[in-house]
Amino acid sequence: MVENQRWLDILAHAVLILGVLIVAFPVYVAVIASTHEPSAFIQGTIPLLPGANAVETYAGVFRGGVASQMSVPIGVMLMNSMIMALSIAVGKIVISILSAFAIVYFRFPFRALAFWLIFITLMLPVEVRIVPTFQVISTLGMLNSYSGLTVPLMASATATFLFRQVFLTIPDEMLEAARIDGAGPMKFFKDILLPMSRTNIAALFVILFIFGWNQYLWPILVTTDDSYQTIVAGIKRMADVVDSEPLWNSIMSVTVLAMLPPVLVVIFMQRLFVRGLVESEK
Amino acid sequence: MQTKRTIFGNQGLPYLLLAPQLIITGIFFLWPAAQAVYMSFLREDAFGLSSTFVGWRNYARLFENEEYLDSINVTIVFSISTVVLALGTSLLLALAVDRMIRTARGYTTLLVWPYAVAPAVAGILWWFIFNPTIGIMPYILENLFGYDWNHLLDPDDAMILVVIASAWKQISYNFLFFVAGLQSIPASLREAAAIDGAGPFKRFWSITLPLLSPTTFFLLVVNVVFTLFETFAVIDATTEGGPAQATNILVYKVFQDGYVGLNFGSSSAQSVILMGLVVILTFIQFRFVERRVTY
Repeated sequence: MVENQRWLDILAHAVLILGVLIVAFPVYVAVIASTHEPSAFIQGTIPLLPGANAVETYAGVFRGGVASQMSVPIGVMLMNSMIMALSIAVGKIVISILSAFAIVYFRFPFRALAFWLIFITLMLPVEVRIVPTFQVISTLGMLNSYSGLTVPLMASATATFLFRQVFLTIPDEMLEAARIDGAGPMKFFKDILLPMSRTNIAALFVILFIFGWNQYLWPILVTTDDSYQTIVAGIKRMADVVDSEPLWNSIMSVTVLAMLPPVLVVIFMQRLFVRGLVESEK
Repeated sequence: MQTKRTIFGNQGLPYLLLAPQLIITGIFFLWPAAQAVYMSFLREDAFGLSSTFVGWRNYARLFENEEYLDSINVTIVFSISTVVLALGTSLLLALAVDRMIRTARGYTTLLVWPYAVAPAVAGILWWFIFNPTIGIMPYILENLFGYDWNHLLDPDDAMILVVIASAWKQISYNFLFFVAGLQSIPASLREAAAIDGAGPFKRFWSITLPLLSPTTFFLLVVNVVFTLFETFAVIDATTEGGPAQATNILVYKVFQDGYVGLNFGSSSAQSVILMGLVVILTFIQFRFVERRVTY
């Protein structure tokens, strides 16, 4: 550091501790709430110390049917979210690495056009073209299916650009050497490009897993059948009860379960996560 | 556009490699977008049986519509408040972490995980904390300041709630980029300023902040895009645009008018306007990125 200023260090620690507390507070409240009985939320304020009902609450949401608001056991929703997150992450990576390969290592008519078509997907978030997209999906009969849930989200401009950047930094000599040794395009792709972009793929996978897991509007649009419900989209349905007080302990336990997988991914793969985030936004 | 010096000669293969991406883009991006443009010039009758071409009338009606103008206002207030709150908080935290040597990594881990929390979940969490009957925050506000919080009835309270929930979700992202930005500022510059007798605040204003401006500008664009579109889930999981349209931001209104209200013409016109907005923002972002990235 430039100079030693004790008061600044203390201030910095204070700011950080306060920041950590503010950031963690909502989650703390949710975890605590999930350990109480439904009756704890009828009057007074939300409890701030753990209750004794944790096992019962979580067992309840896994059984399903306990809470009047929930028709699907939580295991099914977790499963659907997992399928959705994994297929989107894998699908996006496969599709964009192939197109980046085509754009960087080949020269062909309409190459610039293809590049711009991909670029456009970057600009059209599903939120803004919601009605026509819904109509397309229903015309194709993709409502209430895993393909409807995942395939439309697999085109990704950011991932394509990322791989394009990576390929551009790979020295030309690699390709020359491979060609002298008689390697065709797919052999070069499999034996040289893929191994060389391994870390990028892993980093991107972390980001895309989180992206897929956290989808909200898309599952709501595409699924009306409860057996395709994902957990992030399902919470809303639970909290929406008209005639009775929501069962806050169950809702909060589902909330905790909904954030657990992606949060664990971020915490345990922090290095890859930061790398993926910085790279994919470059 | 850059290419390699050496390339493969195949003619058919590149199309095959591009096919999956282009097919998905065509079916799920271009076709719906074209549909939106097309429908924005039509008006359907009440039963959806026939539609007539009405030219620009859907657009004209929008800008005469009190509700739509209101929604623009709401969006501006919401965006600016969220962006300022999210950027300000994360810059403060990044500056603090930048001073740390041994504890930086630990603090970073504790601060970045909300990135993984879905916007909808963030909404539900704050919705619960601010619950007017049992929430902890209304209780504190009532007893300490005598303020009667009720986001179900009070438009301002509802706005504050969605702003807090959205900003909370975005802090970790901004924080990571600010930390990276701060680390790329050479320490020698700050040391030189210190030798010249500049105190910490002076150094921040005249060295750190100007050198951080590329990062800040990048985050500004990303955050504006976030508040305009991705906050859909926050709104839908909490206020649903209420009370009395107080949190009905543009992207939520598209959904309400089109998917819920089945007013396709108007909703499509709104979609097209938003698409225009995204195109502008994306170009701003890319112009800036092209300048910054060097190969």
